[in-house]
Amino acid sequence: MGVTGLMKLRRSTIYLGMTSGLMLTLAGLLLHASGQRRAAEPGFARKAALVRQVELTDLCLFTEASYTRNPSMTDLSTPFQDSPLSLDHFPSGGLIGPPTHLTRNQRD
Amino acid sequence: MIERQRHIIDFTLSSLMRRKGKNGALLLVYTLVIFVLASVLFFTYALKREAALVLKDAPEIIVQRSQTGRFHPIPVAWGESIGKINGVISVRPRLWGYQYDSVFQANYTLSVPAENAPPTGSIDIGSGIAKIRDASPDDIIAFTGHDGFPRSFTIREILSDESQLLTSDLILLSEEDYRDFSGLPADQAIDLALRVRNPREYATIAEKITRLHPDTRPILRSEILRTYDALFGWRSGLLIVIFSAAALAFVIFAWDKATGLSAEERKEIGILKAIGWETSDILMMKFWEGSVVSLTAFLAGIILAYAHVFLTSSPLFAPVLKGWSTLYPAFRLTPFLDFGQISALFFLTVVPYTVTTIVPSWRAAIIDPDSVMR
Repeated sequence: MGVTGLMKLRRSTIYLGMTSGLMLTLAGLLLHASGQRRAAEPGFARKAALVRQVELTDLCLFTEASYTRNPSMTDLSTPFQDSPLSLDHFPSGGLIGPPTHLTRNQRD
Repeated sequence: MIERQRHIIDFTLSSLMRRKGKNGALLLVYTLVIFVLASVLFFTYALKREAALVLKDAPEIIVQRSQTGRFHPIPVAWGESIGKINGVISVRPRLWGYQYDSVFQANYTLSVPAENAPPTGSIDIGSGIAKIRDASPDDIIAFTGHDGFPRSFTIREILSDESQLLTSDLILLSEEDYRDFSGLPADQAIDLALRVRNPREYATIAEKITRLHPDTRPILRSEILRTYDALFGWRSGLLIVIFSAAALAFVIFAWDKATGLSAEERKEIGILKAIGWETSDILMMKFWEGSVVSLTAFLAGIILAYAHVFLTSSPLFAPVLKGWSTLYPAFRLTPFLDFGQISALFFLTVVPYTVTTIVPSWRAAIIDPDSVMR
């Protein structure tokens, strides 16, 4: 279909076609996600074995500060280790909250 | 019936095209807001699921010692008394820590593995370290120890690329090398890792440990996993800025629509009524107008967010994740999707927008066409 043919199409046909295309793409992505999850299962098993071997407790998401490198092992004063009023200057400190067991201990 | 709806859609699209600049900009901003929100939701959910799957074999209980609220090495001998508590299978002193490399300005994590530790004089390194130091197996690499003198190690193995999200900055070494390098006395460890058979006993054992050694802090595996729920939580600084910006954008959209229609739009409604359109037809037209914009923005935003997070390595989030660090993992997340979140996003964006499009039109549609056109 040429440009002239496209021009002759009703606007609703173009819109409904485009929306159907987007929906099909979304459905395709959901299928892609399911395939990727199946393919990743052996990898997760290998990583879990590595966690057991090295006795790891955290993901290596941020390496800039110790309290965000191993967030579950940190204490409440670590982000303020330079002084009590030293505000957190690492961007990752703005992405992760304190571990729940620290805030629970405080309430106890 | 379908043909009637299609005629209304035809008319609605023509009407939208007459103000293509305004509506195009609206569609673009709307898509962008949904793209950012969906990217954050996809990224955080996939990361939390990945954390839960790989950390499920983390030690059942970690016992830390704290003095005046600060983390402190723990005497290895405490492991004996803790090991006698009913239900504890084994206690292993964990040796780990950080090493700052001033040449590459990178932080490394040192660790002595429980199994398959490298022989003395050898280390295994994460692929992130190998990349920045341009190192390969059998190369000799030196790090400055606690006393200021360098120690040389032969690289036994580069840890797999696949495990970068766990090991990118890791240096695995033997206990002898660790103690020599860090200066930690032989009778001390960083913390103790406990294996416990029955998950129902975790809390009781933790309580007994605290009674036995009041200056310890037992951390349960479930608490380690919960830590990752706090990751990118809506209360964390940056996320609240993103969510507030998105909420504000929606308030502006809704406000623009709810405060009424432009004189041109009111005139259009008046003309339609004068030529015989029913109020219900006008509401149907406005429903389609809201749906066309919001549904297209929603679908395009979600698809773009999926491509951003799962088909690439979330390049827009990378500067924030990297922060000041020079060593960071390169990872692509496995696409775990939470349909609850996607439907919540749909109901919080598409539905309110469509409703706010209809309400002012209904007000305009019920008044006399003559007074609207005048």
